[in-house]
Amino acid sequence: MSAIADDLKYTKTHEWVRVRPDGLVEVGITDHAQHALGDLVFVEPLELGHRVAAGESYGVVESVKAASDLYSPVAGELAAVNSALGSAPELINQDPYGAGWIARIRPDDAASVSSLLSAADYAKLLAAEGQ
Amino acid sequence: MGRKTPLFELHRSLGACLVEFGGWSLPLHYGSQIEEHHAVRRSAGLFDVSHMGIVDVRGSAARALLEMLLANDVGKLRSAGQALYSCMLNESGGVLDDLIAYFLGPEQGFRVVVNGAKRDADIAWMRRHAGRDVEIVERTDLALLAVQGPLARERVAALLAPGGPGGRGEPGGGAAAGDAELALRLDPFQARSIGRWFVARTGYTGEDGFEVMMPAAEAEEAWRRLNALGVVSCGLGARDTLRLEAGLNLSGADMDERTHPYESGLGWTVVLEPRTRGFVGRAALEAVAAEGSPRKLVGLMLTERGVLRARQRVVAPGAGEGTVTSGTFSPTLERSIALARLPAAAGTRVEVQIRGRMLEARVVKPPFVRRGRSLIS
Repeated sequence: MSAIADDLKYTKTHEWVRVRPDGLVEVGITDHAQHALGDLVFVEPLELGHRVAAGESYGVVESVKAASDLYSPVAGELAAVNSALGSAPELINQDPYGAGWIARIRPDDAASVSSLLSAADYAKLLAAEGQ
Repeated sequence: MGRKTPLFELHRSLGACLVEFGGWSLPLHYGSQIEEHHAVRRSAGLFDVSHMGIVDVRGSAARALLEMLLANDVGKLRSAGQALYSCMLNESGGVLDDLIAYFLGPEQGFRVVVNGAKRDADIAWMRRHAGRDVEIVERTDLALLAVQGPLARERVAALLAPGGPGGRGEPGGGAAAGDAELALRLDPFQARSIGRWFVARTGYTGEDGFEVMMPAAEAEEAWRRLNALGVVSCGLGARDTLRLEAGLNLSGADMDERTHPYESGLGWTVVLEPRTRGFVGRAALEAVAAEGSPRKLVGLMLTERGVLRARQRVVAPGAGEGTVTSGTFSPTLERSIALARLPAAAGTRVEVQIRGRMLEARVVKPPFVRRGRSLIS
């Protein structure tokens, strides 16, 4: 059973979102996603300052199995990336909602986060996908 | 849902992440592919490879059939228990599959182990070429476990010892006193029957180890006892990274019916002498051998960060272009490695196109890793 953090927002593409006190939106992939991808070996976000639309790729993660796009849950500008992942991509496997965060995005519209899935909605999505 | 091996329910109960592979439902990993990989390099790991086809070739014309179907020469197999790696080719010299042939003895004939994804096609091909004096029997009654790693043979010997692990139960396969020692004395590429089991010192990981064929009904007990002896359950994911580090080809990826052994790093398995041995594909291979193959299979090591994957484009400066045939992240070397088919004139540096960017890679001679150690300077 995959872990879901109650205080986060989610997307159908298995991204999670945390709104930080400084207004930046922290994003990563869910426990379900890291489990499906397997051991992660490489993370390649786009360059800082890059602008992304909601649903657009902001980088790539590679697991032992395959390369997968990372999709930005919101429109905005890439403001920070987790540099620890450069030498320790396995942090995403070990702590997907904490030390394994991938990027921080400065959202064009802070309110856009509210339209994303709640933890309960995401749990329903996983249950439906599992069938 | 693909075909199931006799151990399917056990894999499920062990929490395996199951995937489809060549028409079979098999474990990809049991939690962490990288940890399973390291277990095989450092201690011992256990794989269910029962999807592979075990085919007994019997009868007075068994040897003649294999001499005609295999590019390597089964004439090398003279005493019971000897094994031979070979390609089986089509008329144009393309590789239908690679396999291991074991000589069981003058009475019993040969046992051939082929890839799971190709087994139906391989058996049909063998039957098509077989005369009336050959019997081809698919041994669906057997399971095949691969126990690999520096401690693998000791662990299997413990399973075969009277009393078994912890001194309880009968020895694996109904082995007799002294059989465990016989197993430990097997040379590489040698096999022997032990009780109801057939134990071979072969594998697909670049480590020492055994492949053990046993009645399907005994496989679950054997698996659990090996786990109890500290042998780690491993899936297809680790099997792929281990074989790639060991520079071992995967049939259907690194070679197939459109590529011949000389452009697949398998020229060493083709035996053209004596010239009187006619085998399927021989005429095509003689032509390539005379002119030299315009392409070669090489190892690649990515100098920069990223992961090489099958089908990526490779540019060899001054020589032309080629393709990655399999690529992965090497857990032992902690960088990406691959096998690639390149123009014969390619030098020691190439560029690989990964998501639109050209990244530099070194051309190296496989294997990358053997017996736990890096062979790349």
